[in-house]
Amino acid sequence: MTPFTSLTAPVAFLDRANVDTDQIIPKQFLKRVERTGFGEFLFFDWRFNADGTLNVDFELNTPDMAGAGILVAGKNFGSGSSREHAPWALMDYGFRVIIAPSFADIFYNNCFKNGLLPIVLDDPSIELLRSAASGERYVLTVDLQTQSITDGKGIEIAFLVDAFRRHCLLNGLDDIGLTLEHADDISAYESMRPSRMPSLAGQR
Amino acid sequence: MSAKTMFQKIWDAHIVRQDAGQPAILYIDLHLVHEVTSAQAFDGLRLAGRKVRRPELTVATMDHNVPTTDRSLPILDQISKKQMDVLAANCAEFGIELYDLHSKRQGVVHIIGPELGLTQPGMTIVCGDSHTSTHGAFGALAFGIGTSEVEHVLATQCLQQTLPRTMEVRVDGALSPGVTAKDIILGIIGRLGTAGATGYVIEYTGEAIRAMSMEARMTVCNMSIEAGARAGMVAPDDTTFAYLDGKPHAPKGADLEAAMDYWRSLPTDAGAAFDELLTIDASTLAPFVSWGTNPGQVSPITAFVPDPDDEPTESDRASLVRALDYMGLKPGAPLNGLPIERVFIGSCTNGRLEDLRRAARIVDGQKVASTVKAMVVPGSWEVKRLAEQEGLDKTFLAAGFEWREAGCSMCLGMNPDILQPQERCASTSNRNFEGRQGKGGRTHLVSPEMAAAAAIAGHLVDVREWMAKS
Repeated sequence: MTPFTSLTAPVAFLDRANVDTDQIIPKQFLKRVERTGFGEFLFFDWRFNADGTLNVDFELNTPDMAGAGILVAGKNFGSGSSREHAPWALMDYGFRVIIAPSFADIFYNNCFKNGLLPIVLDDPSIELLRSAASGERYVLTVDLQTQSITDGKGIEIAFLVDAFRRHCLLNGLDDIGLTLEHADDISAYESMRPSRMPSLAGQR
Repeated sequence: MSAKTMFQKIWDAHIVRQDAGQPAILYIDLHLVHEVTSAQAFDGLRLAGRKVRRPELTVATMDHNVPTTDRSLPILDQISKKQMDVLAANCAEFGIELYDLHSKRQGVVHIIGPELGLTQPGMTIVCGDSHTSTHGAFGALAFGIGTSEVEHVLATQCLQQTLPRTMEVRVDGALSPGVTAKDIILGIIGRLGTAGATGYVIEYTGEAIRAMSMEARMTVCNMSIEAGARAGMVAPDDTTFAYLDGKPHAPKGADLEAAMDYWRSLPTDAGAAFDELLTIDASTLAPFVSWGTNPGQVSPITAFVPDPDDEPTESDRASLVRALDYMGLKPGAPLNGLPIERVFIGSCTNGRLEDLRRAARIVDGQKVASTVKAMVVPGSWEVKRLAEQEGLDKTFLAAGFEWREAGCSMCLGMNPDILQPQERCASTSNRNFEGRQGKGGRTHLVSPEMAAAAAIAGHLVDVREWMAKS
């Protein structure tokens, strides 16, 4: 996994609640068998009109949001389907940090597996960022070491993140590798597992 | 020993290792795999030179993007075909049992697990699909995972998990005629909202749940994720044991006795505490229908489209305006009588035999309205076979429905079964997100009875009045 330590990047604001993973990456783009190349389809049905032209009214299509690396979104971001294509698409598009008042469970988990940092901030903090940006190009620094968000102009917001997840993200740890360090424990568990448990052995 | 919830018992029984300050390493008893969320996981194994640790605890099928038309014809969508071919190659390479397009065991992954008897009480079950919560109906801990976790389970047969909180949803009373398990879960999601159970595992309890068949319990557990829950569960009882009896992978003889001892120990102990409690009186529920663009935006069929001006905040008002605009609905319009053009009966929510039976009873001897295109997609090859044995296919075909092959179909429209822009659909599926059933399509989530009645009437109807008439 790509480690995450800190990022200084422009911010995009998507002021919508309950953005589901069907919106983040519509189902017609889930047929790729790679992890890459999903960025061009991010928010596809919102970014593009039915005739394929750019929807200039969509938040992310405004010129000052070009090149954004941080997305500030509404509550319950990433709800719905478990598709990991959602964090893949967000990262491929250029985002490394998503800030929202709350996230859906599976999406939140998927982000950490890919080096995408989801940050939960309360509504007043998000409002503070929004008003500081005041519709202009706005740059933030997100530092996972110090767990802080700063804009270099006086705003400094602390955020919380689970210590173990933070450790894994800072070091880009492969959690399969971590689990396999305990292969003896897995084998011990398996030796106690009742043989009556369902199995596909002998089916092939 | 302190009183435990069923969830806690299953969690504790699957801990391989727990270090302070770290997630638990949980053992996974059954891993279900499908074509859309697995290719990158197998690739990851190959890149790291890893094997599948327990291929015999893994089973794969093709469901999400399979065509539901004649299986003897070639697949026209080459990208879909490639995804299916890649799954077949991966299963062959890693030694995983696969029920492909031509297997009599093929079907929606959450339908075939239970019907094969692979889903049993007290197990941990995962799949790269959020509707894995379906299997919780058996008193299993079952939840959806992302592709990285699919790879993790393939490599280790374990997952790193943080302990969720628990919520009891108690459904007291009895359902009225024409009101179903689907209406209960839509009512619950309407109460909780789409994030109300985020971070929780729900246990559904109460008289109405006890009275339900296994298939109805699966419908309830299936949509737990739509309230944000990690999983939903129902304690196993005689209904569960009767369902499992004789299923291909269910234990037999001495194994069954040992299994029964474990299964009977699973229900939540008297006095065990949940972190949250929600109670619902089933007898007060009407058939529900969704009117918005998420499954929390639901109302009884007797209600009216809500007014954005009644929302408490500007942000909520804007969301509602956006939802109604997408759905093409006017505030204050009655839901009953809303014209529809499409009907979809199927999915992991409502694509089982009982669902098809109940829908068939409504359409028997009737004709689909001339303005409606209606289809039935059985959840599995086996559901289709049993339904045809009872002649349900003839009932649907005579009424003017299409009768298709098994798959996820128009629940998510990854195959050719999609809505056209602005088409309005009464659907027995689980999500009414924008574009879910096709770009610009307008989904109204309902029970199989409500979908069937809407197909005949040409508009949403209160199935209770419909049943009274016929």
